Amino acid sequence: MVRLDGVGLRYGAGPYVLQDLNLDMAPGSFHWLLGASGAGKTSLLRLLTLAERPSTGQLSLLGVQVETARRRDLPPLRRQIGTVFQDFRLLGHLSAFDNVALPLRLAGRPEGQVRADVGEILRWVGLARRAEAHPAELSGGEQQRVAIARAVIGRPALLLADEPTGNLDDIQAERLMQLLRELNRLGTTIVVATHNEGLVRRHPARALHLEDGRLRRLEAEAYV
Amino acid sequence: MATLRPRGSDDLGLKRALSDRLLPLLVAAMVFLAALALAGVIAASALARHWQGGAGSLLTVQVPQPETATLGGPDRADAITALLNATPHIAARRLTVDELASILQPWLGTEGAPLSLDLPAVFEVRLLNAADPQHLADQLIHTAPGTLVEHNSVWFDRLGVLARSLQASAALALAVVCLVATAVVSVATRAGLAVRREAIDIVHGLGATDRMIASHFARRITFLVVCGALLGLALAIPLLLGLATLTAPFAADQPPPGSVPDVLGTLPPLLWSLLPVLPITAAAIGWLTAQATVRVWLARLP
Repeated sequence: MVRLDGVGLRYGAGPYVLQDLNLDMAPGSFHWLLGASGAGKTSLLRLLTLAERPSTGQLSLLGVQVETARRRDLPPLRRQIGTVFQDFRLLGHLSAFDNVALPLRLAGRPEGQVRADVGEILRWVGLARRAEAHPAELSGGEQQRVAIARAVIGRPALLLADEPTGNLDDIQAERLMQLLRELNRLGTTIVVATHNEGLVRRHPARALHLEDGRLRRLEAEAYV
Repeated sequence: MATLRPRGSDDLGLKRALSDRLLPLLVAAMVFLAALALAGVIAASALARHWQGGAGSLLTVQVPQPETATLGGPDRADAITALLNATPHIAARRLTVDELASILQPWLGTEGAPLSLDLPAVFEVRLLNAADPQHLADQLIHTAPGTLVEHNSVWFDRLGVLARSLQASAALALAVVCLVATAVVSVATRAGLAVRREAIDIVHGLGATDRMIASHFARRITFLVVCGALLGLALAIPLLLGLATLTAPFAADQPPPGSVPDVLGTLPPLLWSLLPVLPITAAAIGWLTAQATVRVWLARLP
């Protein structure tokens, strides 16, 4: 599913922000991604969302060798990866409905199916009445729920989330974790970066701990 | 091909990013200039053909002392007439006494006794394609020594060169207009890319292909370019009709046109058939330039 062998990342000619990462995530696994600010969590997520290619080493995602893949082979791979960004990354000129619908439309799904699926997921995240609202009209928590809905609507094989509960209240955070667990149970591999230790304690799972761009692996029991 | 949204939608927010005023106005100016340049190419071409095929092929032959007998028997004018009639690839005609009087009228007046001057016989010779004017002149002088042969083609050859230069200049102007239009579209597309960079990053990250994003830009750019091109054409046609109406008497020895169909008929059919090509060409330039610009820009993304 996800395999890193000696992966390093540097931006341009700058210093390495990730070094010698070795990792093997099985299909359908759930991982927390932990570490202090600046430890490299966002850079690792950028690698896994294909926003960057590794500077050194080998990265295999969903069976595709990323460092040697042709550019035209990457878009179909990206469509199998759902991402919840810390800053949401919603399109400001589109409504909540159209933001959530983007992955389905990119995948060429029929418009009838798009409308049905988007309506359902918006009801689930509690935004059915805000479907036509634009991001600027939504609160931070609502925007985050739109971003989550967009990330999961395509039933991705790999779901990456960067602080997905940062703007949610406890109830919404728990509902999100239930959704992630459900997706995980259905076979989606999930990686969640968070600083929320309470959330990690309530939902123990295998954890990846980053320190100064290097990876230290911790088992779930450490958080139980 | 998958689209971001149903046809006509604006997922990348290009209606805000690509100005619906500046680009069409610039393209309108380009198409306006292109229409004038195209008309220039066709007009210069027609002028060159007219000069080379019309007055330029004329030879004026003056035979002094036309009544004097030649060594062979007939008088000089008859000998020249016989030679011209026997020469292939030419059409010759001797001017009548009345025509000569008409030509001389500005200098000699119309009153008084019939001319007592010993006027030369004057022949108007039209050279056809294969005629060699120098060879003909040699034969005429040999037949009737002292015969003057004025060949208009020297001047008209020079005018022909001038016309071809004008034609080349107009064609060059047309090419420059196309290059400038390409540059304008490229700059507008880059400006749109800069404004919508974040949106492009997002849809790229969601799995949009280069083709999807480039087509989105190309559709919007082409729409704006076609709007501008039609505006430019709408402005150019009245001007071209006005110019053609003014120059109609010079071009075809006809009075100025009166009715609307006459006015429309002043433009050559070739120009009427090529003017619609301008918006099509502009659309092609817009589509291809936008596609190329966006794809080159996207190639920097992983």
